[in-house]
Amino acid sequence: MDTAKLEFLRGTLDVLILKALVWGPLHGYAITNLIRRQSDDALLVEEGTLYPALWRLEKKGLLDGEWGLSENNRKAKFYRLTAEGRRQLRHEVRTWEAYAAAVAKVLGATEAPLPEEIG
Amino acid sequence: MKSTPRWRRYARMFGPDPAADVEDELSFHLQAKVDDLVAQGSSPEAARQEAERQLGDIRALQQIGASIGEQMERRKRLKDYWSDLLQDLRYSFRTFGRDRGFAAVSIVILALAIGANIAVFSVVNTLLLRPLPFPNSQELVWIAPPPTNCGFSCATYSADAYEEFRAQSRVYQDVSGYEAFTTPDNMRLMGRGEPVPATSIEVIGNFFHVLGVQPAMGRVFTADEVRGGSHPVAVLTDAYWRRQFAADPDIVGKALDLNGMPITVVGVLPAGFDFGAVFSPGLKVDLFTPLDLNYERNWGNITTLFGRLKPGVTVAQALDDANRISPGLYQNVKYPQTLGQYKGNLIPVPLKDYVTGKLRRSLIALWSAVGVILLIAGVNLSNLLLARAAARAKEFAVRGALGASRGRTVRQLLAESLVLSGAGAVVGLVLALLLIRWLAHQGSVALPLLGTLRIDGAALGWTILIAVFTTILFGLVPGLRIGGGNLQEVLKDSGAGAGFGLRHERVRAVLVVSEVALACVLLVSAGLLLRSFLKVLDVDLGFEPDRAASISVEYDDSAPTDVASAAKRSVICQRILARVTGIPGVEAAGMTDYLPLGPNRQWDQPVPQGQQGRVFPPGELPAPLVYVVTPGFIRAMGIRLRGRDFRWADTLQSERVVLINASAARIYWPQQDAIGKVLMRGTEADRVIGVVDDIHEESVEGPMGSQIYYPVTQQGPSSAQLVIRTSLPPAALAGSILRALRELNPKQPAAEFRPIQTLVDRATSPRRFFMLLVAAFAGLGLLLAALGIYGVISYSVARKTQEIGVRMALGATAGRVRREVIVNTLRLGAMGILAGTIASAVSARLIASLLFATSPWDATSYAGMVLLLVVVALVSGYLPARRASGVDPMTALRSQ
Repeated sequence: MDTAKLEFLRGTLDVLILKALVWGPLHGYAITNLIRRQSDDALLVEEGTLYPALWRLEKKGLLDGEWGLSENNRKAKFYRLTAEGRRQLRHEVRTWEAYAAAVAKVLGATEAPLPEEIG
Repeated sequence: MKSTPRWRRYARMFGPDPAADVEDELSFHLQAKVDDLVAQGSSPEAARQEAERQLGDIRALQQIGASIGEQMERRKRLKDYWSDLLQDLRYSFRTFGRDRGFAAVSIVILALAIGANIAVFSVVNTLLLRPLPFPNSQELVWIAPPPTNCGFSCATYSADAYEEFRAQSRVYQDVSGYEAFTTPDNMRLMGRGEPVPATSIEVIGNFFHVLGVQPAMGRVFTADEVRGGSHPVAVLTDAYWRRQFAADPDIVGKALDLNGMPITVVGVLPAGFDFGAVFSPGLKVDLFTPLDLNYERNWGNITTLFGRLKPGVTVAQALDDANRISPGLYQNVKYPQTLGQYKGNLIPVPLKDYVTGKLRRSLIALWSAVGVILLIAGVNLSNLLLARAAARAKEFAVRGALGASRGRTVRQLLAESLVLSGAGAVVGLVLALLLIRWLAHQGSVALPLLGTLRIDGAALGWTILIAVFTTILFGLVPGLRIGGGNLQEVLKDSGAGAGFGLRHERVRAVLVVSEVALACVLLVSAGLLLRSFLKVLDVDLGFEPDRAASISVEYDDSAPTDVASAAKRSVICQRILARVTGIPGVEAAGMTDYLPLGPNRQWDQPVPQGQQGRVFPPGELPAPLVYVVTPGFIRAMGIRLRGRDFRWADTLQSERVVLINASAARIYWPQQDAIGKVLMRGTEADRVIGVVDDIHEESVEGPMGSQIYYPVTQQGPSSAQLVIRTSLPPAALAGSILRALRELNPKQPAAEFRPIQTLVDRATSPRRFFMLLVAAFAGLGLLLAALGIYGVISYSVARKTQEIGVRMALGATAGRVRREVIVNTLRLGAMGILAGTIASAVSARLIASLLFATSPWDATSYAGMVLLLVVVALVSGYLPARRASGVDPMTALRSQ
């Protein structure tokens, strides 16, 4: 796949953020990096939308914000997944997978479906 | 992430700052980005530009962040507050659970005070604050002259005057009225076994339209039905429909036999419409019939007047309008000399004021009384809480030492009082509900709108307000006292009674003194009202209500001529009276068409013979109230008479005779004996054969006007009320009298046999009602004050147990210890009484207008109050005093 920026589907950013935090607390900048590297540079999180999404998730109680020091000793706000956030992630991953499978099925079809029986 | 560094603890020392947080977060992001870009080989400037470009509109981002942050902050604060509050409440419940006695006493005190307040508020709300139960009721005005001593008889208008007024006035949407001289049970419903009495009122055709009352079933009157000669119709009240016709859903269209006349029911009124409640307190109306103005045209003043103003018209404008019209009104357009009779007599007042205006002062007094009760209860609880707090001084000191702030301690105490007053409010509400239900069914109390009494949203709001008020009132004082205590002193001190010492006791003494003072005010007010009530009961009514009773009688005296009719009536009445006086136990019997203290009526003003043309200044002599009576009535009623009573021999063939009352005699023939003089009524010459005492006609308390009595043998009565005087309890005679009347006239309905005393009781019922309520509140206040005194003294005795023990060990006698405690109590009581007397003097002046023949400085009331309070203080001081003198020195000394 080329590096052309993929548009985010609505709601996708939230689930990506939640997933990014599964391995431990991260600050915003680290989250963008993680998503970019995990997707082999395919997904570039737009920073202007990242932070509002983080704050929104924090307000909903899916994330916990906490101040700490970054790798190079600067004060940064770290986000941690709450129990509620973990539950939400599990739920959204399931939804996402079902959705993706359905889309794949349609796109991968090689012949037209059989005509529906008239009941 | 590394562990949080030390500096971070102070970063938000002055509270959270979401905007700064966002800024920090974003600037970290930019720096990290710049670092990365520089590491990849960009120049620092280019890297910075690129980083900012990627982040987009920083200002907008910051705004979003700050607003989300603030929302979170707010939510957090709220959550903290709630969790603190819940913690406080849980703790309060736990402490009260341990101290059930204290909690129970406090809740009972509060429930009584709050219950009384809600109940009285509901009464005030119903009578004063809430609009009348009609749509746009503020537009309704009652039109009448200012109150006089002849009641409705002076406040009514003729059919002609009504029509002219209605046509000429410009400020009303419409004007209506009703026939004012209805007596209860004026109809009898036949055709269903025994005739059943019913009360009917004739109303002007547009009556219901003007009030805005829609029938629940059927319709009200049509224009045709209002004109005479058409088929008679009636509209039933909801209560009558349910009671008499078992809520028959097909009643509309059915014909009833009323007084032997078929009347068709055209509609049923809604349950919410109660004529009596608004216009005639205590009167239960069963049905309404249209008033035929043509028929009433020559009957003089028969209808009351009220109107619905056009929107936006003020009462003052309505008055101007009435003053413009009234000089040109005839009582009867056929008689020119009746022009201008109503001059200055048409004064519109808001209907609401007419209905409840007279009660305003009493209600405000009542409201103040319960307010005082609430204050006393609050002070009392403050006192109890203080005593309790003293016992818990250690607990609070420990909490303080462990870091609880003063504010937190006060909050804890407020939470405790909130729990108490909340519980008190709930129980009080239940008490109020019971009281209100009881009050609403006091049909015998002649107060308007009483039946519509209920607890509504406003009353619930008032409950909450009161609960909050008491919470603050009695929670704050102890809270502040304790919060301000000196921790070290308390912790150093030992023993249960130690703690807040003298200063603390002084606060409690001040509270008790104010409690006693407030109780004083209530007691004096109640005393004054009680004295007034007794004075009212003592009023010489002019007749003797005890051992007299009355019943409404039916007979048929119709005859072609007046003379024949009078003769027939004379025979019937003689037969009835002879039969009734024959019943054992009946001492005297007579008949009248109107009873005192009820509806009444006037005829024209008679003039003494030879004084024709004499003009009585307005107000000096309203036209006399007229009674058409049989011989024997004066004696049966117990009215004192000088001269002779009517005789059956006084007929239309003999000389016309009248009896007049002393007031009329004085005005017609000042300084002369009226007996033997002649009164001219038009061309009719009436010889005065006797002078009777004035009887209280309108009200027991009001002044008396002139009264005149005619014999049934010479004038036509408008109804017949049999009055008997008996040596037995009237109720015992009811059966035999009704049987006797039935024998003479099978159509006689089963009318109520009423002791005359009930008329008097009814007339005095509002005063009795208020007096009883205020007295009950005074009693409650006294009880609370006694509790307060007892609490303070017994606490101080408990605190001094050791001291008393030492003194007794050193030789003080039990009597001396007891005396000292009692003197102490009396000192508190005396200070309270002193302050209370001064306050009472002020409050008594405010209720002066509610008193009857009683001075606001009435010495008896004040002396009674002082005596009562001293006795109460003695009793509530004696119990702790006995305990003090019973202290065993050894035990007391060992206990510490």
